[in-house]
Parts: sequence; C-alpha cells; structure tokens
Amino acid sequence: MDIFLQQVINGLVLGSVYALVALGYTMVYGILELINFAHGEITMVGAMVSLAVVSALAGSGVDMPGVMIVLTGVLTAIPVCMGLGYSIERVAYRPLRHAPRLAPLITAIGISIVLQNAAMLIWGRQYIPFPPVLQITRYDIGGATITNLQIAIIVLSACAMIGLVFLVNKTRLGRAMRATAQSPQVAGLMGVNINSIISATFVIGSGLAAIAGVMVSAYYGLAHYYMGFMLGLKAFSAAVLGGIGNLTGAMLGGLLLGVIESLGAGYIGDLTGGFLGSHYQDVFAFFVLILVLVFRPSGLLGERVVDRA
Amino acid sequence: MRAAIEKFLTLAKKDRRVAWAAFAAVAILLAVLPMLVDMGLGRSWVRVLNFTLIYIMLALGLNIVVGFAGLLDLGYVAFYAVGAYVYALLSSPHFGLHLPFWFVLPFGALLAAFFGVLLGAPTLRLRGDYLAIVTLGFGEIIRIFLNNLNAPFNLTNGPQGINLIDPIRIGGVNLNQTTTLAGIEFQGGYLLYYLFLALTIAVIFVCMRLQDSRLGRAWVAIREDEVAAAAMGINTRNVKLLAFAMGASFGGLSGGLFAGFQGFVSPESFHLLESIMILCMVVLGGMGNIAGVILGAVLLTVLPEALRYIGEFERAVFGQIIVDPSDLRLLLFGMALVIMMLFRPMGMLPSTRRAREFEADDAVLDQERASVYDSQR
Repeated sequence: MDIFLQQVINGLVLGSVYALVALGYTMVYGILELINFAHGEITMVGAMVSLAVVSALAGSGVDMPGVMIVLTGVLTAIPVCMGLGYSIERVAYRPLRHAPRLAPLITAIGISIVLQNAAMLIWGRQYIPFPPVLQITRYDIGGATITNLQIAIIVLSACAMIGLVFLVNKTRLGRAMRATAQSPQVAGLMGVNINSIISATFVIGSGLAAIAGVMVSAYYGLAHYYMGFMLGLKAFSAAVLGGIGNLTGAMLGGLLLGVIESLGAGYIGDLTGGFLGSHYQDVFAFFVLILVLVFRPSGLLGERVVDRA
Repeated sequence: MRAAIEKFLTLAKKDRRVAWAAFAAVAILLAVLPMLVDMGLGRSWVRVLNFTLIYIMLALGLNIVVGFAGLLDLGYVAFYAVGAYVYALLSSPHFGLHLPFWFVLPFGALLAAFFGVLLGAPTLRLRGDYLAIVTLGFGEIIRIFLNNLNAPFNLTNGPQGINLIDPIRIGGVNLNQTTTLAGIEFQGGYLLYYLFLALTIAVIFVCMRLQDSRLGRAWVAIREDEVAAAAMGINTRNVKLLAFAMGASFGGLSGGLFAGFQGFVSPESFHLLESIMILCMVVLGGMGNIAGVILGAVLLTVLPEALRYIGEFERAVFGQIIVDPSDLRLLLFGMALVIMMLFRPMGMLPSTRRAREFEADDAVLDQERASVYDSQR
C-alpha cells in the first residue's frame, strides 16, 4: 500500500509538470489547429536558462536563500521563453497560416532541431547538474515520503493552472482567446485583433513551459539539451489524452499520464511476472494513450469533432 | 523551371525520338553515376548514393499513406525497423540462420505489411492529428520493444543491436565487395547500387501505376473527403488498410536492404526523428507527387552530408575552425528546413492538384484567406 501511495505521489509530481507543458500544446492547438512541435524545446530552454542563472548565483557566493536563487532563475527563464515563443510564432508559423496543414508542422520540426542544436552549442552535450541550493526536507505520510520540493511543484503548478483558467474564463484577453478559438473570422469581425491574440497564446504557453522546465530540472537535478523532446512528446500525448484544445482536458490528461506512468513502472514487473521491467515505462504511457484514443477518439474530455465538409 | 519541363514534355510527346533520346541519356547517367560520384566526390559518397536510393523507396512508401490517402503517419520508421530486423534475425549469426536474400527480403516486406494492418485496424476511426499521435506512439512502442527484448530471451540483442549481418548475395556474388563480372571490375558498393536502383525503379513504377488506378483514385477521394468518398461507394475501411499495408511493405523492403547494406542494425537507427525526416522528404518535395517526393528524398539525404564540408568552408573563410562542424551541421539543416518551407509551402514540386489549390481563382482564394488556418478542409 505504501508503495502504491509513493507511486501516486511521484506520478502527481510528474503529472503536474506534464500538465503545465500540455497546456501550451492545447492552447495553441485550440486556436491554430497546429501541433507546436517546438514547445518541448521551449521547456528545455527554460530549464537551461534558469540553470545557468542559478549556477551563476550559487557560484558567485551571493548571500541569498536557496529559494530566492531558484526564483530568480525562474523569473529570468520566463521572459526569455516568452520572447522565444513569440519569435517562433512570428518567424515560422505566421507566414504559413494559409499554407497546407503539414507545412507549419515541418517548420516546427525545423525550429525544434535548430533550438536543440543551438542549446548543444551553448551548453554542451553533457548533462548539467542542478546546483544543490534547495534544502530538501522529507515528510512521512502513511508510509510514503514526500519532499518539500515535490509539494512545491504540485502547489506551484496548481497555482499556475488556476491562474490560467481565471485568465481564460474571466478576463477580456481570455474571452478574446476563446472567441478566436471558436471562429477566427467572426472574432476578427467583432474587433478582436487575431494576430495579437495568437501571439499572446504563444507567449502564455511558453511562460508555463519555462516554469515546467525549471521544475523538471530541479526535480531530477539534471538538464540536457535533448530533454525537451521526450517531455514534449509525453505532454502532447497528455493533451491528446485529455482531448486536445480543452484546457481542463490537458490538466487531467497530464496528471493521469503521470500517475499511470509511475504506477505502470512500479507494478509492471509484478504484473507480468518479471517478463517486462520498468524500462517499459514509456511503452505503458503510449499504450494507454492508444487504447484511450481507440475507444474514445476525441480524448477524455474532448467534444466529438463534427466533420466540416 | 516548371514551364521548361512542360515545354519539354509536350515536345517529347510530339516527337518520339526526343523522348527516347532523353530516356537513354537518363539511363546512361544512372548507370555510370556511381563511377562519376566515386571519381568526383570520393568513395564515401557512393555510400550516400545508396542511402539516397533507400530513402527514395521509404519516402515513396510514406507518400502512399500521407500523400495519396492523407493519413498522417508519424511512426513510419517502425515498418522500416521491422524489415531491417527480419533481415537481421534471419540472416546473421545471431540465431545462426542464413536464409537466402530472395526469401528474407519479401518476407520482411510482408511482415511489415502485416504490422501496417495491425496499426491501421484499430485506428480507422481516428483522424488527422489524433491518428498522427497514435502512429507516433506505435513507432515508439516498436522501438522500445526492440531496445528491451534481450530478456528474458534474447530476441533483438537490446541496445547493442545485431552485428555481422550477411551481406546481400545474389547468385553467389557478394554485392558489397569488389567483384569482376564479365571482365569489368566493380568496386564495392557499385553492384549494391544497381540492385537498389532496380528496386527503386520497380517501386517508382508501382507507385505510378497505383496513382491513377481505381485504388489510387479511391485514396485521393478519401483524402479530400472521407464521408463523400464513402457515399460514392468506396469501402473506406479496406482502402485505408490497403494504404497502410502498401506503404508499410515498401518500408519493410527498404529496411531489409538497409540491414543487408549496413551489416548492423540497432534500435538507434529507428528513432522518431527518422520518421520525421522521411515525412519532411515527402512534404518538402511535394506531397502526393512522385517526382516531388523523389526530389525531397534526394535533397534531404544529400544536404546533411554536404553540410559536413562546412569545416573546410570555415577554414577557408576564417583561417581556422571556429565552431565544431559536426555541431553546426544539424543546426543549419534545421534552418534550411524552415527556410525551404517558408518559401515553398506547397513543396518543391507539388502535384498538379495541389498546385491548382494554391493558384485558385480569386473567389476561391478570398474564401480560403478568410480562414485563419488551414485551407485544406
């Protein structure tokens, strides 16, 4: 039982990171119907930038508490990633808005290759350790342990998600975003500046990705120029699992995927009598994804897409 | 460029001699290409040439699924992996099996087609990006299994991959070695080139015949509008499954050739990035157009190799190597992808149907511009 609880906790932590990244995918998809393949790389850039700042601060011997150092890192990473997201949309997606669907997909892949290799040129090929500036405290609950870092990740991402839901549902900008997602033409006729709304979507999504990137690198204590790829893939799967284009779906999908993955990795060995080990973790995630989509092709919370002839 | 080609084509239609001359010129060029490449660029480029042929076959296979039938497949490399591993397992010391090439290759293609149906059957109801993500997951699953199936019994030898695969032999001649046939000495890799070329031409021929066949037209109908296609009496289930199976069998075929050519397979060669690369070839060249897809495959195979020379370029311009060329190579490649796509979003050589969609008359164009995204629906 305590193993179960432990895996659920680990899954929730992983899942809240997935959810943050998945929100970026789902927001962009909801408005442009575009898989923003470069989104995982934005997460990576967020992690790398914050890590550089944190290392510099920790190395310079500034008298700051560890939390403040990490916070400074986050606050640097967010604007950098926002700028990056904005420029990517401007350079690679906006010129192709009337092009066939696959054209922006290719530029997205191109951008993602560029970002990966640029990061490799700047930060090198090796794994970069996260400096141990945070004091880790362990708490016992029901036989399982949870660290203060894990609690911080869950709480912070919950705050970010609540903030986003508030933004989308209660503010003027959010209303404009929802209108644009429903029908760009009509939204435009109602006086919504579609281009700036799309830019805003990319900027917000990239900000969330930056936070997620910092969380992942702090949690695992590592960052790597290639880390965005699998993270982005999982997060996109989470978004699809929840029903792409649906904010609540992305959060639910992210949390579910995280929990399923860590439970699967924890129990798959026992379930199959040692035939399949925990290195099948990724198979598990994708297998669940395929199953869900086969039985519910529009995702858990997605609406049935009516074919527009 | 396009106008010149069309002018030539009408000329060739009028005068058969022109057509025959052009045909003969191309045939001679293809026949002596490995020698020319070897002399002009060096032995390593003969290898690139052979890889280009493999990628042309792969891209044409994916073109059936994505270009003709409009089913976005991001896990295509799984079929390539199936073909390669079938060859590797049945024709290497790993199991001590050394079955003949002419059995292993079709068997690999057949098994890949079976896997294609296996992937296609549960995903028939999925559309667009949902299909994309499921195929992507399928590709990853296959790769992870290849990576881990060394226990409890050693099927794939895990991440180390399978070594010492038998080279391709036809009639007792090892195509990978320098051989003297009928008094002419063929360097290693030349004979392989001729085999690959013959198979590529066969694949191109099949694709061209498929394109205008009843089946090919059914694929296009499904791509344009599935509901309408079903209403016209097309059995969309069977036709879609056939697209998956045919595309996959080409993938399996090229996989087998890859294993025999390389002598070594490992899960690393079948990464998602490889699927994406093949998709880029199809889209960049011009989806649905056979000539375009071939052009895309050639371009995207040769470009990364050509970018290996940037080290020499740096030395010539700056007098020293500033940035490690192997680090810079992929960066430039990514930029090239973006730039090429921005300048020709419909691909280098789009099919006439797609080109027409782009050069639509003003009324249609206005209507399409009105939509912020996607003019495809």
